[in-house]
Amino acid sequence: MLRADALQAIYPELEDRIVVTIMGAVAVELYMLGHRHNFFYLEHAMGLASSMGLGIALSIPEQKVIVLDGDGSLLMNLGTLSTMARYRPGNLLHIVFDNESLLSVGGFPTATGTGTDLAGIARASGVPQVIEANTCESLKDAVTRALASNTLTTIVSKVEAVGPKSFHMDLPLLENRFQFKRCLEKMRQK
Amino acid sequence: MPVSVTSSRLIYDALKACDVRIISALPETWLVHLIRMADEDPEMTLVRIAKEEEAIGISAGAHLAGVNSALLMQNHGFLAAINPIVSLALLYKIPLLMLISYRGHMGEKDPWQTQGGMVTEPVLRALNIPIWHLNNPGDIDRRLKDAQTLAHASLHPVAVLLSRELMWED
Repeated sequence: MLRADALQAIYPELEDRIVVTIMGAVAVELYMLGHRHNFFYLEHAMGLASSMGLGIALSIPEQKVIVLDGDGSLLMNLGTLSTMARYRPGNLLHIVFDNESLLSVGGFPTATGTGTDLAGIARASGVPQVIEANTCESLKDAVTRALASNTLTTIVSKVEAVGPKSFHMDLPLLENRFQFKRCLEKMRQK
Repeated sequence: MPVSVTSSRLIYDALKACDVRIISALPETWLVHLIRMADEDPEMTLVRIAKEEEAIGISAGAHLAGVNSALLMQNHGFLAAINPIVSLALLYKIPLLMLISYRGHMGEKDPWQTQGGMVTEPVLRALNIPIWHLNNPGDIDRRLKDAQTLAHASLHPVAVLLSRELMWED
């Protein structure tokens, strides 16, 4: 499965939700599908998209928060799984695209390519619902199920180590930051 | 344990007066009462983290969602969180109210705390993070409020260093 196709398949579910992505290919591919003010692309601080998502989910319990993570990023902050599991906000959905590679820095293999099982780590960390979905159809179904269940969910999706031709996004970091904050303030009032 | 309950209570009440709703913390001796107070307060969301880096992400998320937060950490925890402080808080102009127990400074008996104590202020200064020292109970209310005000006005992290004189009763 290509991550770009996977994102396209779940885009209708993302469109009106609070979404936090990691840097690199995930950010660009979501941006290219159509930027929304409720999307935040964390262009650095690898590993912390899920921690940001947790902070937002705890602050706005009435809204669903979706984090788009990656294997390289999650491996940098495995403790996030135990922290999310500890507080298990039902409005948080954590999707991990696992391409077994640090793609944007040259495709160096990560430990998931040599046997590290992120879904297994999430389960063992206490995440109450962990789903592995390796096709667009199963991913779409898993996202729908997770959002309906009001249960903290980690979905791990194996994807090919293929990214966009260009990583350029016509959106300065701070513009994204202030847009996103204003948007969240409105969603919080609803 | 001679950690000051009185000072901890004053600090906790000052955080409440600052409308802090989320506290992230990693246990450390001087912070035990503060963490317990947060845990026992139904109005407070206490997030016990595994490593201080996470706290920067949690506070960034809370800020973007319009909720005030504070971080409780030891100075070694601050040192552990430098990359996200730089590449999230400074890069994205996120205010952080960091309450840092200042271990390894004057009066420290534990040899393993001393190196961190010596580099804490130089590292904060290198990051251009304003520092408030909390030494006297009478300063707590005003200094925490002012630290939060500056963090929000500057969209920048601020550090409040909790001293041995304030936190430890020998």
